[in-house]
Amino acid sequence: MKYLRLIPSDTNFNFLKFKKIAFVFSSLIILGSLFSLLFNSLNYGIDFKGGILLELRSNNVALFNIDDLRNKVSSLNAGETSIQKFGKETDFLVRIQKQDGDEKQQIKVIENLKKLTKDNYSIRRSEFVGPVVGEELKMAGLMAVSLAMLSIMLYIWFRFEWQFSIAAIIALTHDVFSTIGLFSILQLEFNLATIAAILTTAGYSINDTVVIFDRVRENLRRYKSKDHYFIYNKSINETLSRTVMTSVTTLIALFIIFFFGGTVLSDFSLAMIWGVFIGTFSSIFVAVSLLTFFKIHKGEKIMDETIVPEYERD
Amino acid sequence: MKKISKIKLLLVFFSVIIGFVYALPNFISNLSNSDAPNFLPGKTINLGLDLKGGSYLLLKADMDVVFIEKLQNLMSDLRVSFRKNKIAYNNLKIFDNRIVFKKRNLDTDKVIRDLILKTNKNLLITKENNLFQIEFSKTEKDKIVKSTMAQAIEIVRRRIDETGTNEPSIQQQGVDRIIVQLPGLEDPGRIKKLLGKTAKLTFQLAHPSIVSEEVQAGDNPPPGYALLMDDKISDRFYMINKKVMVSGEMLQDASTSFDRNNSPSVSFQLSPLGGKKFGRVTGKNIGREFAIVLDGKVVSAPTIQSQIFSNGQITGNFTLEETNDLALVLRSGALPVPMTILEERSVGPGLGSDSISSGKMASIIGIVAVMIFMFISYGSFGIFANIALFCNIIFIIALLSLLQATLTLPGIAGVVLTMGMAVDANVLIFERIKEEFKLGRKVFDAIESGFERAISTIIDANLTTLFAAIALFSFGSGPIKGFSVTLMIGIITSMFTAIIITKYLVLFYVKKKDIKKIFY
Repeated sequence: MKYLRLIPSDTNFNFLKFKKIAFVFSSLIILGSLFSLLFNSLNYGIDFKGGILLELRSNNVALFNIDDLRNKVSSLNAGETSIQKFGKETDFLVRIQKQDGDEKQQIKVIENLKKLTKDNYSIRRSEFVGPVVGEELKMAGLMAVSLAMLSIMLYIWFRFEWQFSIAAIIALTHDVFSTIGLFSILQLEFNLATIAAILTTAGYSINDTVVIFDRVRENLRRYKSKDHYFIYNKSINETLSRTVMTSVTTLIALFIIFFFGGTVLSDFSLAMIWGVFIGTFSSIFVAVSLLTFFKIHKGEKIMDETIVPEYERD
Repeated sequence: MKKISKIKLLLVFFSVIIGFVYALPNFISNLSNSDAPNFLPGKTINLGLDLKGGSYLLLKADMDVVFIEKLQNLMSDLRVSFRKNKIAYNNLKIFDNRIVFKKRNLDTDKVIRDLILKTNKNLLITKENNLFQIEFSKTEKDKIVKSTMAQAIEIVRRRIDETGTNEPSIQQQGVDRIIVQLPGLEDPGRIKKLLGKTAKLTFQLAHPSIVSEEVQAGDNPPPGYALLMDDKISDRFYMINKKVMVSGEMLQDASTSFDRNNSPSVSFQLSPLGGKKFGRVTGKNIGREFAIVLDGKVVSAPTIQSQIFSNGQITGNFTLEETNDLALVLRSGALPVPMTILEERSVGPGLGSDSISSGKMASIIGIVAVMIFMFISYGSFGIFANIALFCNIIFIIALLSLLQATLTLPGIAGVVLTMGMAVDANVLIFERIKEEFKLGRKVFDAIESGFERAISTIIDANLTTLFAAIALFSFGSGPIKGFSVTLMIGIITSMFTAIIITKYLVLFYVKKKDIKKIFY
């Protein structure tokens, strides 16, 4: 039986040759994200912005459709509202901005809306987030992302040299920032689940980086006479087949969530699909390329492991 | 290690069996509990509200109200004490959660300080020029918050229990918040209404000569009296004596009944002590109006026809639903502090079951696709990785059931994602074995060193992902917490299954078949 090989076994690409092009590409992504964040901001969901959200399913689309809903919702005079189809033809998402006044005002609007729609629609989901909680969740989200990045950085510093830690954290920031940028450019709803997606992306990306760094460390000790450039390229090539295999299995899982996991999870999986691509790209082209800017000591030469495996040494 | 350790093998085997046993109840859940064989552990995975449907409410206790109330009591005590001791002061008032006043004469600070501390020991007194500021000490404040919250949770629980909601969960969050989770409850409207009232009930006499019909909004109440609004009619007011005859704490029972006109009303029964007190006051005031005051508004103001003791009836313009709710909140007691709803999320059963089925479908398709991919890439080694993956799923289900962690929709996504990433460990190992084999090692040696060298990479890679998961967990809001829990469990179990189980399977295979070449 012939097995599937996504990557030929002895690749010898000169990845670092594309260093400059990759940096230009990364800079464009980062600048694009930055511009979009400055001018478009993020499409915050009610988790962060506060407000009301109702998911309704019409009992009879012919009679009770988006126009009917629009009339009902506008009769509430509740300020800025938005109504959109959600997945199926019969399903609608109604969003209402945070109301002036205290929490009681918000509750009043949600109750009124429920009363108006109760007969002709079934309420599949209703959410209300008060302004206080929204602000807190925003802070907590920021904290979670920073905390995760910090702990990852410390761990890598601890396990590798400090240069690796800096390269890894820059690559990671690149991924996190560009994922946030993607949400801004596409104006996808940025909510609690997005934070989860971003952090998982961060986990995946760092996972990828660590695998390559691990090999770099090993090869630095093994090939004392070769220059760093050769070692970095060799390490990327040696791990390339694994990098591609894992990206593909993870992407298979993610695409399946995207297509079959229901509307609620689609943005969530989209963020992670992007994360896998950008994470893989940044491990090779950002993280390793950054290492070339540092002078990294090759460390103690290990016993010639390539010839005598550890368990046969004694 | 040319021999496979029997003890280790046995341990691995047992852990897989135990995993299966704990995961099993989830697959026979359509049997009723009594049908399930009783040697099985009974716990199944705890589904989050987004999957099983239900409501989530986040309440905040408005502690400032309690502090101000306490300060007000303290202030009137102080007033009495100052008058008794002939201390002159100016501008005694509550400002920004503290009592402030200016002393006027040359009374020594010490005398004033002692008098203040005599009313309550746990006060913080600061003085600047002649301006005194009094507030509760930190420990006293904490004590007040703690006891108020404990009481509030108890009352919230009683009110929710009375509605007959299934398995409600009521917990304190942070300092002054309460999380209420109501599985299966689609519309929390009634609960919100019930929790929105503090339900402080008092009986107070009306002014003997100012007739209620003539009281107007801006009227200035005579000393000892207060202008109160009608509960239903917004332009109706009453002049009510501030002194409380009987209060809600003396209530023993309340239930819906019907008055003489057959309209809904609430019957109540006072405690013996309350009855005695009520009887004394009503006996002395026959013919006078009194007010039934609920949360500062007048529910009704009947005239006292005869002496009333323990049993009475509250009539007003009530609907049956209102009397049911009023009786309920009176029975369960007043909330010691008003509550605000900060956050509300409810999911109907339709969406919940849709989410479960799409989650199930995504998981199954995802797993099958990953398994097929592994098989066509690695052949029999792929099958071993797939067996390990299957065991991994079993372990995740078993651990979720055992820990009673909550599985949410993002949690299902977490499981599917773990599947994709779990095979990463096997990919790392297999690719390494390939390399070692190419370097000219024998099959068995290549496998040994492939596993050995890949492990440190696997641990580094998984630990970093674990850090991200822990950060998510600490962020910990509802569904996200569920996601991080499944991710953490998945990372840990996948290390076990992908490294250990696969290793034994591979070694067995290679030994038995005497394989000379791999992956080609």
